[in-house]
Amino acid sequence: MEEVRLMKGNEALAEAAIRCGCDGYFGYPITPQSEVMETLMLLKPWETTGMVVMQAESEVASINMVYAGAGCGKKVMTSTSSPGFSLMQEGVSYIAGADIPALVVNVMRGGPGLGTIQPSQADYFQTVKGGGHGDYRQITLAPASVQEMADFVSLGFDLAFKYNILSVILADGLIGQMMEKVVLPPYQARRTNEEIRKECPWASLGRTADRKRNVITSLELEPGPMEARNLALQEKYRTIEANEVRFENVGCDDADYLLMAFGSSARICQKAIEIAAEQGIKLGLLRPITLWPFCTEEIQRQLSHIKGILSVEFNAGQMVEDIRLAVEGKVPVAHFGRMGGIVPTPEEVVEAVKSNFNL
Amino acid sequence: MTAQDIIKPENLVYSKPSLLNDNTMHYCPGCSHGVVHKLIAEVIEEMGIMDKTVGVSPVGCAVFAYNYIDIDWQEAAHGRAPAIATAIKRLLPENLVFTYQGDGDLAAIGTAETIHAVNRGDNLAMIFINNAIYGMTGGQMAPTTLEGMKTATCPYGRDPQLNGYHLPITNLVAQLEGARYVTRQSVHTAAAVRKAKAAIRKAFENALCPEKKGASFVEIVSTCNSGWKLSPEKANQWMVENMFKAYPIGDLKNI
Amino acid sequence: MAKIKGAVSVNVERCKGCELCVVACPTHVLAMSKQVNAKGYRYAMMANEDACIGCASCGIVCPDGCISVYKVKIEE
Repeated sequence: MEEVRLMKGNEALAEAAIRCGCDGYFGYPITPQSEVMETLMLLKPWETTGMVVMQAESEVASINMVYAGAGCGKKVMTSTSSPGFSLMQEGVSYIAGADIPALVVNVMRGGPGLGTIQPSQADYFQTVKGGGHGDYRQITLAPASVQEMADFVSLGFDLAFKYNILSVILADGLIGQMMEKVVLPPYQARRTNEEIRKECPWASLGRTADRKRNVITSLELEPGPMEARNLALQEKYRTIEANEVRFENVGCDDADYLLMAFGSSARICQKAIEIAAEQGIKLGLLRPITLWPFCTEEIQRQLSHIKGILSVEFNAGQMVEDIRLAVEGKVPVAHFGRMGGIVPTPEEVVEAVKSNFNL
Repeated sequence: MTAQDIIKPENLVYSKPSLLNDNTMHYCPGCSHGVVHKLIAEVIEEMGIMDKTVGVSPVGCAVFAYNYIDIDWQEAAHGRAPAIATAIKRLLPENLVFTYQGDGDLAAIGTAETIHAVNRGDNLAMIFINNAIYGMTGGQMAPTTLEGMKTATCPYGRDPQLNGYHLPITNLVAQLEGARYVTRQSVHTAAAVRKAKAAIRKAFENALCPEKKGASFVEIVSTCNSGWKLSPEKANQWMVENMFKAYPIGDLKNI
Repeated sequence: MAKIKGAVSVNVERCKGCELCVVACPTHVLAMSKQVNAKGYRYAMMANEDACIGCASCGIVCPDGCISVYKVKIEE
């Protein structure tokens, strides 16, 4: 039977982690996502599923603990908020370089610096364009509901293990803190070490006599092999771009103008569409679910009939750059955003559509 | 009887362990790392625990430890080996998980990870090579560099006014409740090597204890003859005369 | 009375000529070669075979694991 609960996004994420057979969570407290570890510690999954939950001494340590677990082929994760994600960039880059699967959740708050604990979407660049050093990508999932906070844990792990890559759930303080009805996923058993040895033959679980040593590393001193590693990474990224783009199309196909928004801002845009319709303006909403890989083809498909795109983000204009790259100047593209933890109203969004496109 | 008559498989009394593979180590001639690598390989081989051992290598000269000892490894970011080892140990509680770090890695950039990993009391084995210098980057000052000692970044000698004092991190570690066995050894003579091997063996046995008893920490006071700009033999002498005063050999804690 | 006699074999190409084995040998068996190996290092060799007691001190201190030690008991 379905298990329906009223929960915060952060709590739902923690529940979902236990249920999807996660082997370990390593975290460090930071607002607005501390409920994730608090929920896990309350639920004590080490007594039921055997999942390890650990409070580390810093985000630097927690991401390296995730690297360690990933290197053992275990399903491991951490969660943090913006300043913590900045500290994690070292480990994030090493995870990319070592080709290992893991999940990181960033419940974004306003920056730069210590910023604010209020919601923000200003880590789009950091997550989608890099953040750490080197040429790498990470699959980025943007939940727009508490249900998606729960569902994307399992999806994030599935994608991470399918491609040996880091998946990032890029939520914001609003999604993390708000309460909604959520259908919790059924329990899934954790894999045994024997199963991991079969499914992840590269994992460092202890060398058996029938194979060579497994080494989890991102180091190559020789330029030839290092370039080969990079080329293999790029090939993997092209495969992901071809196969894993996810988005939601809300009435785009008969709209005159598109709103594009992810996470919380997409929810505001849904209301804005209703208000605009009352004023005779036909808006559609294209909501990227994966921020990388990005829905470039879907945007280009819409160009045959739309007159303009407004990107609505809780930042100074970040995703809008990727939209412009997709549009290649064929229709006007504008940005509307608020910063510092201010969440815009649907009315403001409609006004921004009218002023940007002279309606 | 000539040497040729004696050199036969049935008369073999000592050779490198087979877990130390045939790859030529990149270390400078006379480097202490090679001896400690050999001891780790010997102990794992003698204990028969290859299939349950995971090593964590550092950043620094020993970054390539994984190329020489034929076990599973994870290569850690600079200073993070203890955090990595902790997570592996929690996820694979029946495994031997050991770290191998130099002084820059363990006592400078990774001080927080070192202290907290020991303090959590997990059954880790931590091998600490202290040669009082950054070897791989070309001989810069380390936290463990002695007062007055010359390095590339304290070319006139370490001046406490400018750089503070040598950091005896092993003494700090020994204070922690989570530490079970803390010892300081060296590998400059055959007798010292035998004692260092016994210490590593004890640390590895502790790390396989079924109950959570605490971390085992083995400092090897070592030489970096290239960084110290001395011959291997002279470097050993300098170590005995100078390093042993700041880092006296012996057990600091043994519960 | 039985006499112990030892001998060592050096992996010449693995040796880096650090000379620590020469220092460690209690009976002064080892010396460095005049020739160099493929990497350009002088390597350790037995210069005084008869003195070897097979104690393995040389092998134990060798950082590169180049030395194997052999030992026999000779009845006199």
